[in-house]
Amino acid sequence: MAPFEPEIVTTDGQLLPAAVPADAALSIRSATVSYGDKPAVFSVDATFPSGAMSAIVGPNGAGKSTLLKAALGVIPRVSGDVFVFGEPVEKARDRIAYVPQRASVDWDFPTTVLDVVQMGLYPRLGLLGRLGGAMRKEALFCLDRVGMADFANRQIGQLSGGQQQRVFLARALAQDADLYLLDEPFAGVDAATERAIIDVLHSLKADGKAVVAVHHDLATVREYFDHVFMINVRRMAEGPVDITFTTAALQSTYGGRLAATHLSELALSGAG
Amino acid sequence: MALLEALFLQSGYNAALVAIGAALLGFSAGSAGSFLFLRKRALVSDAVAHATLPGVALAFIVMVTLGGDGRNLFGLLLGSAVTAGLGLLAIEWISRRTRLSEDAAIGAVLGVFFGFGVVLLTVIQTMSSGRQAGLESFLLGSTAGMLFQDALVIAGGGLFSVLVIWLLKRPMTLVSFHADYAASLGYNVRQIDLAIMGLVMAATVVGLKIVGLILIVAMLIIPSVTARFWTNRSGRLVWIAGALGGVAGYLGAALSASVPDLPTGPIIVLVAAALFTLSLLFAPARGVFAAAIRHRRFQARVHRRQGLLALAAQHPIREGYTLRLLAREGLVRADGVPTLDGRAEAAKVVRDEERWTIARRIHQDIGLSGQYDGLTPIEEVFTPDEIAEFDRRLGAPEAV
Repeated sequence: MAPFEPEIVTTDGQLLPAAVPADAALSIRSATVSYGDKPAVFSVDATFPSGAMSAIVGPNGAGKSTLLKAALGVIPRVSGDVFVFGEPVEKARDRIAYVPQRASVDWDFPTTVLDVVQMGLYPRLGLLGRLGGAMRKEALFCLDRVGMADFANRQIGQLSGGQQQRVFLARALAQDADLYLLDEPFAGVDAATERAIIDVLHSLKADGKAVVAVHHDLATVREYFDHVFMINVRRMAEGPVDITFTTAALQSTYGGRLAATHLSELALSGAG
Repeated sequence: MALLEALFLQSGYNAALVAIGAALLGFSAGSAGSFLFLRKRALVSDAVAHATLPGVALAFIVMVTLGGDGRNLFGLLLGSAVTAGLGLLAIEWISRRTRLSEDAAIGAVLGVFFGFGVVLLTVIQTMSSGRQAGLESFLLGSTAGMLFQDALVIAGGGLFSVLVIWLLKRPMTLVSFHADYAASLGYNVRQIDLAIMGLVMAATVVGLKIVGLILIVAMLIIPSVTARFWTNRSGRLVWIAGALGGVAGYLGAALSASVPDLPTGPIIVLVAAALFTLSLLFAPARGVFAAAIRHRRFQARVHRRQGLLALAAQHPIREGYTLRLLAREGLVRADGVPTLDGRAEAAKVVRDEERWTIARRIHQDIGLSGQYDGLTPIEEVFTPDEIAEFDRRLGAPEAV
């Protein structure tokens, strides 16, 4: 341990790291993640409430997806801790479901829609368990929830982008988790899929589950989410959408990259 | 006939042993290699195979120095497994800890280990007991002096592979499909990758005797690539690849036994390649011919549709192929003038276009109207009720 630890202060003047609230679905404390010598996420504290829909918002390259992967523990952290429902993330994996970016997999992989959804059941099966009819029914039920039951036996490469995203969501549903982490679930999907996904996410929230999504469309943040975390390598703002998602916060997060006209449109649409 | 005799294991004890051993090896190499193929790391197996050579040579030197028989197969294979493992770890370490990509690491490790092995072989040549060692046979395989215990080693290796695959099939598939997702479920991706590599190493080491280290990569990769033509499911691909590898091993061994002086390993690989070529050409969904036929049909649909639109607009049809297509269906006469049937079909095409115009005005949702691609029949996208509604609006005066 270094004898002198500088006080790291965020934009809102809070000292890091803050205490971990017991009722938070996901708490990240002093997390730094770097690729090589350049931090992609620096000393970030983030708290995502349970029973709510949260968005992670920020410009390209701001560390949104990196923060999500660090929260999952799938990429190593240089420093910091992640707690899921008050437990270290490594001990709470069965309570987390991850919906990765659609572009991150090879869609020509020899597997069917149903096979992909059943992947969500693997941890419950263990090494020796067999995928029985009950499991199959469960997977089909999850497919039905996202409106994809008719596609169960298709090869995944034959699906449209929106359908692929729905299949990933169905797989997460099959995990029957308490915390759902989604990486840009609405990127490049059609309007019908966006509607279907948001309906499923809202039904999860109604069941008391927590949803955290990396989100790129600023226009829908207020409509879809309750809570927002704004990041540009460091934490810029976080809190309930109606008081946090402001012009000032957007300006500090996006810097000069957001056109003034765009900003005023967002502020107008959100003011009501 | 010599080939038939060999196929039914009637060509003598040694030939029968080789055929059974080759079939078992083909099965384990084919199924183990399929995970490498799915993980898109096929070339790692080539480096692993070449890295066995220094191990074989070192094992020989150690065994001779200790006063034993340098040609003990089990000892040689043990040595080859050690350096193959080291080569594997070197690739892993280089691609994880440096900025070099995996293909660069493969190239470096393959060259260095193989070069070192060749040097050691030369050293062995100068040893008094080394001249009859016959270690060169590990390069391209040799079945001449195969013993029952050699076949047992191969069978043991094959059994081990099948057991590991059966046990770890799901985690290995998960990691191959998407490593980050597997990690999010709590699987240790690094250990599972090592298990995949361990399988490959086992098949390589066991295959040294029959196929040799230069060609074993073919036994690991060709069967799974071939299997990919026949299935869209990874779970089946693994066992289909095993079966194809087994068939190639058995057929290849029988072929080489039926003709004097045909080398076994290379013939096995050629049989595997023949199965691959047949699949590439004739597989029902993914084969070259199936794709050509599919494209041909698609082209015909495009030309038919465009021709009908031209008829409806009373434009001349310039492309000969379109004319022939419509004439064959009796939609136009030889001089290009539409028949009664042709006019009816053209009118139907025009009505569908008008329906689409209405549909796209009503449905902003691109999930539906996005299928307006010129070919998809409107009946496949909308229900009869909806189409009736479009027709009703078509009859009414244009409203904005």
